[in-house]
Amino acid sequence: MSPTAKKSVNPLPMKERMKVPRQVMPEQPAEERAHNFTEVNLGYSAELAQQEAARCLECAKPTCTENCPVGVKVKEFVELIVVGDFLGAAAKIREDNVLPAVTGRVCPQEDHCEGKCLLSKKVKPLGIGYLERFVADYEKRMGTHVVPSVPPTGKKIAVVGSGPSGLTVAGDLVQKGHKVRVFEALHELGGVLVYGIPEFRLPKQIIREQLDYMREMGVEFETDVVVGRTVTIDDLMGEEGYDAVYVGTGAGLPQFMNIPGEHFNGVYSANEFLTRINLMKAYKFPTYDEPMLDLQGKDVAVIGGGNTALDAIRSALRLGARKAYVIYRRSDAEMPARAEEVHHARQEGIDFQMLTAPVEFLSDGKGWLTGARCVRMELGEPDASGRRRPVPMQGSEFDLPLSVAVIAIGTSANPIVQSTTPGLGTNKRGYIQASEETQRTTRKGVFAGGDIVTGSATVILAMGAGRRAAKSIHEYLTTGEW
Amino acid sequence: MFKIIRAEFLAPGIKRFVIEAPRIARKQKPGQFVILRIYEEGERIPVTIENSDPERGTVNIVVQAAGKTTELLNTLNTGDQILDVVGPLGKPSEIAKYGTVVVVGGGVGTAMAYPTAAALKRAGNRVISIVGARNKELVILEPEMRAVSDAVMITTDDGSYADKGFVTDKLRQLIQNGTRIDLVVAVGPIVMMKAIAEMTRKENIHTVVSLNPIMIDGTGMCGGCRVLIDGKSEFACVDGPEFDAHRVDFAVLVQRNSMYRDAEQRSLAEFHRCRSEAVTRDLEHAAAAVSAGPQGEQP
Repeated sequence: MSPTAKKSVNPLPMKERMKVPRQVMPEQPAEERAHNFTEVNLGYSAELAQQEAARCLECAKPTCTENCPVGVKVKEFVELIVVGDFLGAAAKIREDNVLPAVTGRVCPQEDHCEGKCLLSKKVKPLGIGYLERFVADYEKRMGTHVVPSVPPTGKKIAVVGSGPSGLTVAGDLVQKGHKVRVFEALHELGGVLVYGIPEFRLPKQIIREQLDYMREMGVEFETDVVVGRTVTIDDLMGEEGYDAVYVGTGAGLPQFMNIPGEHFNGVYSANEFLTRINLMKAYKFPTYDEPMLDLQGKDVAVIGGGNTALDAIRSALRLGARKAYVIYRRSDAEMPARAEEVHHARQEGIDFQMLTAPVEFLSDGKGWLTGARCVRMELGEPDASGRRRPVPMQGSEFDLPLSVAVIAIGTSANPIVQSTTPGLGTNKRGYIQASEETQRTTRKGVFAGGDIVTGSATVILAMGAGRRAAKSIHEYLTTGEW
Repeated sequence: MFKIIRAEFLAPGIKRFVIEAPRIARKQKPGQFVILRIYEEGERIPVTIENSDPERGTVNIVVQAAGKTTELLNTLNTGDQILDVVGPLGKPSEIAKYGTVVVVGGGVGTAMAYPTAAALKRAGNRVISIVGARNKELVILEPEMRAVSDAVMITTDDGSYADKGFVTDKLRQLIQNGTRIDLVVAVGPIVMMKAIAEMTRKENIHTVVSLNPIMIDGTGMCGGCRVLIDGKSEFACVDGPEFDAHRVDFAVLVQRNSMYRDAEQRSLAEFHRCRSEAVTRDLEHAAAAVSAGPQGEQP
């Protein structure tokens, strides 16, 4: 971790680098963006990017790369930014990450590369995510990227699901010369990137561009295919002649709290709420046909403290909600959402009701939601997750008037693939069993990764699994050994 | 894109489409459904599969005009395309040899009940079918149901065809006559399924209903189609659509299906207004063309 003695391309003396402040990401003013779906972060200029890149300490043993689930060569791409070779930097990232414009925006860098940045011991870490985003966007603006050409191997791989892990597998394997076809259940490609993450955090155009790039590389896509229903894994490996299958079907069935009134009109799962907005464009009703409840002037709450919860409530705010609450049963410290998102949400005026949990939903007697009865919590001893367990405080009940409540407390395993694939082992929670190292399942030729193996996690962890899977699928197809 | 090979009205407002969808045709089993989306701005709606032909790679769907999407769908014809068709979704009906099975189809529900009746017959059951509709014109698939049933009873609400009354009257008759019934399968309007569930609960007859809640993805991702089964949320798209009728909370189903009534009515009204404007425009064009006389003959 000590700074390298090798001659650096960076003209800034090592001791000066700590003195340069982390360059601030330009963003849309909070009061403006709270009413639109345009991206919050506006991106670095070339100048800002080069100033930021110059802060890199060029560690001999870069912990940033070690802590990246897909192993992006951070030091090398940052060096290319320093010398102004932005396209070279983009190509360097692409060696390890097929979706840099996506991860540059939604990856929790504080838990990975930036969290281990040597700078962070004294000052703020290098803005690796912001730099990644900058070069990916620069590459797009220039309209030039290199499509690697490789001789075909004659092997065919089916990828189930076009979310971040499936796209990573597809991108990596097509670059090895394999033929790859991605099957998607929905009518649009991108999985959680399109139905889950809102436009203001990840513009859909970015995903379309990444998909176009993958098509150029030769990846084939087929929408409207629910593997397990429309076609089974046995069919794919049998009559359709695939040599291997990767299952990346993602987060599954939304969980509910099992409290009274959860079926009232006005109570949504976060997945449904976000799908109506992001995938179906229900907020453009009646131009788009899919309806959603009108949020204009209404009081809305989301229950949960993850990124999905924040995505949902910040969307509600943008759709005109009068009050927009986050109800979370623990405190700030335990909140799983990214710090940047919490910060942005607070700036926009989201009301955080921490250490609070609903115990019952209230209605008008005709089945329409009118509020939530909540209790305040205090933190007790740590539970199995290592976080302090919230304990209800006696006599703390209060009623919060609401027109819409969105439940964002996680998901459980979707059973469709598992229940239609003989020999595919699952764990006791119903997720697919796969080796952490190779992503191999209990079924020969079938690999799995992402949320369908781990339960709800992040885009980058799913991509990490995709990388490992691509590597071991390539090995399997090359050696034939299982 | 999914091509419509044939389109025909089975009754006023009820249309059958034969759609080219080889993957779905190979997999479809009784009790399953598809979700479709007609055009880019369209909503996703669940639609009944009436039959399929794996050899030809076609699937028959039956649609009753009830809202904007279904009305629009019913304007499509042979050769037109549907943007997205995905399926077959849901768990298939549990087909076994039960003994005597009464299959009840109410209105367009008959299209969903038909493949299940056929499969139950093939499995060696004695199948008694009860088909109900508001009036004579709306009785659908009668010959098809006759072909797979040991007996068919038909009711119309207004008595314009067969017996005046409701499907429940026929089921009550069967029960009162002492007919041994091992299973009732009912597909139709919620009020009908609820009435049947109440009737068979007293008689302790196992009863299965096929539910049609609001749905988006149909793969278990969104949870919009949750129904209360024995007080617990289950998802119609992955746990159903068929459920034990005696465990279903029908009141909650009715309430949740009303969630977007205002939006649906607005959408439909808008659609009607656009169409009537288009028709007026066409008529004006036609009138203008007539008054201008045949083209090319003017000096």
